[in-house]
Amino acid sequence: MTEPIVSIRNVEKKFPGGVIAVDNVSIDIAQNEFFALLGPSGCGKTTLLRMISGLETPTSGQIMIGNEDMALTPPNKRPTNMVFQSYAVFPHMTVAQNVGYGLKVTGVESSEIKRRVAEALEMVKLSALAERKPDQMSGGQRQRVALARALIKRPKVLLLDEPLSALDAKLRDGMRLELTRLQETVGITFIIVTHDQDEALSMASRIAVMDKGAVQQIATPAELYEHPKSRFVADFIGKVNLIDAKVLSQKGKAITCEAKGLGRVEVSSDKQVGGGVAIAVRPEKLRITKTEPKSSVIRLQGTVRDVAYFGDTSHVLIEGKDGLDLSVNVQNETRSGGAGVERGQSVWVHWAPEDSIILTE
Amino acid sequence: MAAQLKPGQGPLDYGSRLWLKILFGAIFFLLYTPIITLVAFSFNTDKRGIVWRGFTLDNYVKAWNNDALIEAMVNSLVIAFFATIIATVLGALAALMLWRFRFPFKAGYEGFMALPIVIPEICMGVALLLFFGWTGMTTAVISTPWPLNLGNIIIAHVSFCFPFVAVVVRSRLVGFNRQLEEASKDLGASEWQTFWQIIVPYMKPGLIAGSLLAFTLSLDDFVITFFTSGPETVTFPVKVYSLVRRGVSPEINAASTVLIVITVVATVLAMKLQAPEKSGKG
Repeated sequence: MTEPIVSIRNVEKKFPGGVIAVDNVSIDIAQNEFFALLGPSGCGKTTLLRMISGLETPTSGQIMIGNEDMALTPPNKRPTNMVFQSYAVFPHMTVAQNVGYGLKVTGVESSEIKRRVAEALEMVKLSALAERKPDQMSGGQRQRVALARALIKRPKVLLLDEPLSALDAKLRDGMRLELTRLQETVGITFIIVTHDQDEALSMASRIAVMDKGAVQQIATPAELYEHPKSRFVADFIGKVNLIDAKVLSQKGKAITCEAKGLGRVEVSSDKQVGGGVAIAVRPEKLRITKTEPKSSVIRLQGTVRDVAYFGDTSHVLIEGKDGLDLSVNVQNETRSGGAGVERGQSVWVHWAPEDSIILTE
Repeated sequence: MAAQLKPGQGPLDYGSRLWLKILFGAIFFLLYTPIITLVAFSFNTDKRGIVWRGFTLDNYVKAWNNDALIEAMVNSLVIAFFATIIATVLGALAALMLWRFRFPFKAGYEGFMALPIVIPEICMGVALLLFFGWTGMTTAVISTPWPLNLGNIIIAHVSFCFPFVAVVVRSRLVGFNRQLEEASKDLGASEWQTFWQIIVPYMKPGLIAGSLLAFTLSLDDFVITFFTSGPETVTFPVKVYSLVRRGVSPEINAASTVLIVITVVATVLAMKLQAPEKSGKG
């Protein structure tokens, strides 16, 4: 990686009362990246973002922005700007005054402010509403004001705290595209905090998955989805079938293990593993057939317990031996077919061994 | 099919119940008849002011030409003006401190600060009289030229007005979104800039409402003023009291009507400005 723009080193945040919100986190974020901090609520992602902005101070550890230690720099002197979850648009100011505020308080000339405000409003397509007050605007428009207000300062890093959570579903999709477009145009590093995996997967170039204050994995969206490192990541990103298994022997990459409900199966892993593991497999990688499949696939026979129709796909729940439940996503490829199975039907489920992920953690 | 409800018959249309109408009328009658009588008789031609003889505006002219009455009115307005400004500043600062900072015995302090609101006025009056006498301020201040000789009364008025301002401003601040303050700092503003550009504009409706409340309280205060005023520093309510002892004249009715109008206008303004706003959510 090239020189990181934001470098977080062994940062810890302990709140009064002993709650550890952020636990020894180290992340390097490169110039021009769209980086997402993803995790369930209370995992410390917002606290971490606020420490980058300077609104919280780390208990220990170091935060560097553009190769400068930020320990003694207050939020108003940092090269970061934030889009708040509540947008925090100033209610007593017009849109133009809101957007120009950051320039005005730092003593930028008024003609220069006027020019840059017009430019920023153009960028977020709000030029027509410059003289409106925030209470006459929709949530989506207020968010654009908050974006323009932060970007006008030309920060090195833009921080976004759950920027889409307060918007309705349609608006969210539009804003998601717009944020990625905006990030490509302005060429500023974006760090976004979200609890929504779809948001993170679709927008970010890299994602840090956090849980209980610690980083679980940092990777690209595809890598997180296809090569999760732990049960938590596999379970949090998308849906997954987790099957408990016991390793019997390993020869190079080939592993033989005894899995619950499957019996003896052959899988592969790059890592040296032993003892209890989990075999993880995504629901869309599973196939349903009515007769026993022939080739060297992992297979089991089971009963269809439930079929949930989602329009484009159907989610089929299959009950196998030893209380093993598997969920299978089936594409509804034809208009008449649906999932092609019925509740109570006896079917075979199978998948390719290379689609299995071996998880030790 | 359900029977159609006529307007006014719904379960929540209490306004149409007869007994409620009667109760409502009785309350209004008891509350406002004395005031309406006072206002009506300020236009009466009868000198003694007991029997209605005819309409005139003479009483207002007479009141205007009564130097002692006008002097008292000017005193009252000057006192109210200064007491309001000082009480508003002190009240706003107290509210800010209670909202912003955590310190030991904060809850105790908050309760203690509101004491002048609940303490009987007569006790406040006696306490202030003793205080001014004991510190020698009674003689020292009263011998100074006007308007400095109003100093004691202004101090007394500030002491019972500022808790009202503090309470009003404090309740306004409860609705403040702290992210606005953080956004301001994040955008490069200093603590001081944030205070003047973000927090003060947000407090403004509370400040105006609180100051108008203080103004009306100060303008018509009698008990505390009575204990703290000297012979040269008579306020309007105290003057009216001394005049009434020699019988109610229509002049006093006229001057009182003017006071009522000032107070009502100020109160209506205060209520308007205190009405909950959509702002603050950002």
